[in-house]
Amino acid sequence: MDNNFFIQAIIYLASALICVPIAKRIGLSSILGYLFAGIIIGPSLLGLIGQKGSDIMHFAEFGVVMMLFVIGLELEPEKFWRMRKFILGMGSLQLLGSSFFLVLIGFYFIGWNFEESIVIALALSLSSTAIVLQTLKEKGLSQTNLGRSSFSVLLFQDIAVIPILAIIPLLVASDQPISIQNNYDITILLPGWLKAIVIVIAILSILFLGKYVIVPVLRLIAKTRQQELFTASALLLVFAVSYFMLLVGLSPALGAFMAGVVLANSEFRHELEGDIAPFKGLLLGLFFIGVGASIDFDIIINSPIFIFSFVLALTLIKFLVLFGVGILYKKQQDQNMLFSFILSQAGEFGFVILSFSNQLKITDILLTNQVMVVIAISMLLTPFLLLINEKYIDPYFGVKTIEDKKSDTIDEQHEVIIAGFGHFGSTIGRLLKANGVQATILDHDSVRVELLRKLGFKVYYGDATRLELLEAAGCEKAKLFISAIDNPTTNLQVVETVRKHFPQLKVMTRARNRVDAYEFIDHGVEKIYRETLYTAVHMGVDCLTELGFRKYTAHRQGQRFIKYDEDAVKKLAKKRHDKMAYLVTVQEEIEMQEQILRNDLFMNFQENDHSWTREEEL
Amino acid sequence: MLNAVVLFAHPLFEKSLVHHHLSVALKEMDQISWVDLYELYPDFDINIKEEQKRLEAFDVIIFQHPIYWYSCPPLLKQYIDLVFEYDWAYGKKGNALKDKYFFQIISTGGTKEGYCSSGKDGFTIRELLQPFHQTALTCKMIPLPPFVVHGARKINDIELQSTLNQLQKVLIQLLQNDFIYKDFSHCQYLNEITK
Repeated sequence: MDNNFFIQAIIYLASALICVPIAKRIGLSSILGYLFAGIIIGPSLLGLIGQKGSDIMHFAEFGVVMMLFVIGLELEPEKFWRMRKFILGMGSLQLLGSSFFLVLIGFYFIGWNFEESIVIALALSLSSTAIVLQTLKEKGLSQTNLGRSSFSVLLFQDIAVIPILAIIPLLVASDQPISIQNNYDITILLPGWLKAIVIVIAILSILFLGKYVIVPVLRLIAKTRQQELFTASALLLVFAVSYFMLLVGLSPALGAFMAGVVLANSEFRHELEGDIAPFKGLLLGLFFIGVGASIDFDIIINSPIFIFSFVLALTLIKFLVLFGVGILYKKQQDQNMLFSFILSQAGEFGFVILSFSNQLKITDILLTNQVMVVIAISMLLTPFLLLINEKYIDPYFGVKTIEDKKSDTIDEQHEVIIAGFGHFGSTIGRLLKANGVQATILDHDSVRVELLRKLGFKVYYGDATRLELLEAAGCEKAKLFISAIDNPTTNLQVVETVRKHFPQLKVMTRARNRVDAYEFIDHGVEKIYRETLYTAVHMGVDCLTELGFRKYTAHRQGQRFIKYDEDAVKKLAKKRHDKMAYLVTVQEEIEMQEQILRNDLFMNFQENDHSWTREEEL
Repeated sequence: MLNAVVLFAHPLFEKSLVHHHLSVALKEMDQISWVDLYELYPDFDINIKEEQKRLEAFDVIIFQHPIYWYSCPPLLKQYIDLVFEYDWAYGKKGNALKDKYFFQIISTGGTKEGYCSSGKDGFTIRELLQPFHQTALTCKMIPLPPFVVHGARKINDIELQSTLNQLQKVLIQLLQNDFIYKDFSHCQYLNEITK
């Protein structure tokens, strides 16, 4: 293999491995880490990757395609259909609004000609799917109202790329030869109406193939029980769909998204997701590095004022348009603020459109590069804007951490604090409330917080790992702290903080599985409730019943099993430290499992049970 | 001095004034270990080995409970069923409870007058408690008459106080081993002993 390949791979991977953990450490998103890694190894600073940045970008854009495939997988067709109103409404308003104002600026203030203004405006009005979705995922907001709205806008933009790329050649005087927009497109020479038909047929065939060909084929492959074959078929699927989309002149991302939606209802959904995820993550990282590397500092140095003021103007316009759309759709202020910030950058499609317009000689090389730098900087800016929003703006506009109290209400202190009010926490809260016990709730979903406040709950909004929030919620005086947060890492952090700062507070915690339980035991927590234990035992008991066991006998066996397993976890938690330091590797996990199963052999449940019977009758 | 364990069974303890006061009085006494079964085993999943170990450590075993349908609450019956195992409590090798004193501290909603052949409950308390009496005998224990609080829902403060005093006196006497040579055949209730 080419020596150069290894060097390149080492440079990319090492830079990511150095920059991303640093970014995470100082509380920035991983995207920034990748972007900076790109800047550092890029031609402008160290020059380690020369001009290769743009080549890599081309390849890495495939990460975006994969991401949309995975998103499609998570979105069932019915849900997608229900979102159509938002996709069309919000999406078109955003796109048209942003483009309109950007054209005004370009044409009247900067003095570009009409064609340039339109092309650049369209290119810049599209946001970065990669940045937005990755950010949403990191912040755990994908499934919220805000996440879905952002996604609707992005999806519309993805679809809009097709007509945009179709319109741009029309801006060129007709005597100029029309260059081909991509080398694959076989429909380019067809008349418009025929092309439309081809596109419709292509989309329908994806829907049809997905259901009647791909799923049966996947079933066959699954039967071979070769994990790597399944991975290969998942990759093949994404590649094939993307190529197919290119053939008919559609965006590969859109095609991958549709393929994902079609497969969302199939039994392979999670497996496909799991197989694609690592590729997706790496390629996205590569993509962000590419963006960082493509920032040409010479251009900035030559006209810094123009570049930066343009970035600001761009961000401001997009922000305001999005904010307006948010108001129209009656978003809460803090949600709207985040929605507007998160989508305020220009995106990867901008690169595509600009290089296309450069091919068509609508924009000259200097302008193209300038605008590309603007796009890159605006992408770089997003994580910082979000940070500023989180730290300085959201506290004033958003759902307040603490509800505004009228002066005449007395702030009562509740004995119980519940952190996390999702399915788990809310069940606890409801049971307590049904028994007249009021609890203070901590949650980070502002829509839910608003709702709960309307229902009269005492709710603190924010990140429960923050000491100030815990203090505000009354951890000093409370009796019980229930940690019921979905994310196991966050849950552990919260418990750690509470144990450290409020040692008198009794902690009860949710744990995902026994590995999580070990961590909590290490932190001296005694009340640990494993999600996977009680339901599983319950099911096992029902299974015994189905097999003809008497229900009460099965029930008693279940009770014993829970006690036995709870003891076993405590014992193994200590033992575990003899063997390993921190990471529970797969191998160790298997060893533990083995030990548990071995111990079970010695525990004969029937043996000690003389109840209701004499020995001689046994 | 003897020591005693009280196994208390009440599914709705928080609503019972009489048992609240009885329990407080019992817990005050040094020689007595008081165990709340419904608090300990809300799921009826009794730890047999632990309970056997517990009973072995005491000279006197007392059941404290309200009378429900002429018997004890179900958890106490479950306790007897599970813990009093063959070859532990009874049978050839079953001598763990041998020579321990056994009696019950019970409350009834009805008045004392009802508990006789001509009353509305038809039987005396002693007759109704025969199953417990025989259980104790089968386990080679020495059964004593019950300590009874009648009309538990209507009891007034003065009556309650005197009952509590009675109970404490009875227990002190019993634990000081004064009862060994006493004959209980003539008395219905332990309450009468102190008179």
